[in-house]
Amino acid sequence: MTHTAFLTPSLAGVMLFFFLPLIMIAYNSTMKSALNNEFVGLKNYTDVLNNKAFLLAGRNTLLFSALAVPLAVILALLLALLLNTNLPGRSWFRSIFLNPMMVPVASIVLIWQVVFSFNGTLNSFLGGFGLDKIDWMKSDWSRLVILLLFLWKNLGYNMVLFLSALNNVPAELLDSAKIDGANSVKRFTHVSLVYLSPTIFFVGIMSLINSFKIFREVYLLTGNYPYDALYLLQHFMNNAFRDLDYQKLSSAAIIMCVVMIIIVGTLFLAESRIGKDVEE
Amino acid sequence: MKKQSAASSPQETPTTDRTTLHPGAIDSGTAGSTGVTGGESFPEGVTEQEKAAIRRSKAIRLVQFHPEDRVDKPVEHKRAHSLSRTRITYRISMTIFVIIACIVAVFALMPIVLTVLNSFMSSTEINVNYGVIFNSLSGSAGGATTYLATEPHLKLIPDMASLEQYETVLFKSPTYLLKFWNSVTLVVPIVVFQMAVGSLAAYSFARYRKRGREILFFAYIILMLMPFQVTLVPNYVIADKLGILNTPQAIILPGIFSTFSVFLLSKYMRQIPSSYIEAAKLDGAGEWHIFTRICMPMCKSALYAMGILLFIDYWNMVEQPLILLTDPEKQPLSVFLSQINSGEVGIAFAASFIFMIPPLLIFLNGEQYLIEGISRSGIK
Repeated sequence: MTHTAFLTPSLAGVMLFFFLPLIMIAYNSTMKSALNNEFVGLKNYTDVLNNKAFLLAGRNTLLFSALAVPLAVILALLLALLLNTNLPGRSWFRSIFLNPMMVPVASIVLIWQVVFSFNGTLNSFLGGFGLDKIDWMKSDWSRLVILLLFLWKNLGYNMVLFLSALNNVPAELLDSAKIDGANSVKRFTHVSLVYLSPTIFFVGIMSLINSFKIFREVYLLTGNYPYDALYLLQHFMNNAFRDLDYQKLSSAAIIMCVVMIIIVGTLFLAESRIGKDVEE
Repeated sequence: MKKQSAASSPQETPTTDRTTLHPGAIDSGTAGSTGVTGGESFPEGVTEQEKAAIRRSKAIRLVQFHPEDRVDKPVEHKRAHSLSRTRITYRISMTIFVIIACIVAVFALMPIVLTVLNSFMSSTEINVNYGVIFNSLSGSAGGATTYLATEPHLKLIPDMASLEQYETVLFKSPTYLLKFWNSVTLVVPIVVFQMAVGSLAAYSFARYRKRGREILFFAYIILMLMPFQVTLVPNYVIADKLGILNTPQAIILPGIFSTFSVFLLSKYMRQIPSSYIEAAKLDGAGEWHIFTRICMPMCKSALYAMGILLFIDYWNMVEQPLILLTDPEKQPLSVFLSQINSGEVGIAFAASFIFMIPPLLIFLNGEQYLIEGISRSGIK
């Protein structure tokens, strides 16, 4: 069976580096400690779920994703619609909007620091209007800052996805809707949006995945111990790694894995429901 | 075509379409008829554009030959009026759109341009301008700040262009070059081998779609969607067991078996017409032959796009080295760049710019492949 041979290297690697250790972790998470193999049931899980740091990190991460994902979807769609008109220099704008995706976070962190530090550019600019200085990275404003950085990096990618989806909307349908007297808003909500719904779903999923990578920006900007509002799950995990607290790590990883499966599963289910509605 | 009925369902009173973006578009509203598209038939081989043109001319004919259809009496007057208005609205909205696009473009490019321009400042100038920021960041703000500017100035153009930063980074301070090389030796094997392993697996998933295989493919997708917060723990545990913790292999090996390329390439390969493969089979070609001679050449652009996407992702890695490769000597530049202390601020901009050159070159060189790759990844 040649096709099995084709799959073997990948499957072996995935088993060894992901699935097998995941099972080990799940097993570990029910033990008292790495050295003491006493079965303690769900105790490690309740410990983690009562851990203040984990709860703070979980809340911050979820809050960020809940804000960032819809914004990334809507703004990217608006950008795609903007470039879908007869705008002069469209391909130039497309390249420019996509460009931030290529730039490593580490390379532009310096600029963000200069802009957002307490004595930074943004504050002196606002000072020009007689506004008070804001400590951007050490107050609740920091959520807004990382939201901005997230959008800066991810809008281009999402926009390209939407642009290709907009190209696949049959022009014939749009034309006939126009002749039927539908204005451009109606044409968008009744025709384009129907064809865009799978892409909206896909962009949503990708943005969700990318929203967990905001840790990079936060870490490179503020290091291991950021302001409370920026304390994310990855910070929690890093600290647990530093203490080599296997029990905490294992149960936290399993909890997050389950939560991810629930979120993604719900999204997939919702998508197939909506997909059915569209067909009818 | 159930979607068509949804599309043409809005049967509101036809109103003059003033928000339309196309100049000279026919104001079908004045035709007062919604039945234009009903029962239309076109000869074979008519393109979409031609069809649209035919429909427009039908709409015009309705206006011209069926005056009783008109809702408003002074239609001619109103049409001329609304047409010129449409044109003006079009002009205005286009101008607004261009302005919005320009603002977004400035926002997108600003940090990159500033990094590049600042990299040509001398380190003294950097210290004068930004010293106050980075001193307070590194927590070493002592008496040294006295001679620094109290207010930082984000400057566009350096007072005196200087290659001092580049000179230091490239010739005087080997640390940065070493970290750069660390990045290269981590990223290149991951990209090359993940594509090799991934394309083989993708071929298998694309060619044989039995139930068990589909379930496995779904497991691959779930794994692809898992954030680092989840996958790093298994990676760490197995690296510890294999004794490769704190070596580059701890990052490279899980990277090679990441399932992203399998997912994307398999989507491409499923679009290859099966007739090609059947024909090759009839000629007696084996699977390996079909894979190397038919599948791979047809996926050339996909592979290129894949390579770009993987390269950006791993060139930018931060999470993995923080946990799997804690020895600062071995860490890639992506992590090291953030550990700037006040003494090195002077060369940080040049180091940052050198670090973004490889992905930017790849972007300029393969933009259409990248865009194609992203676009195809979204097609269900």
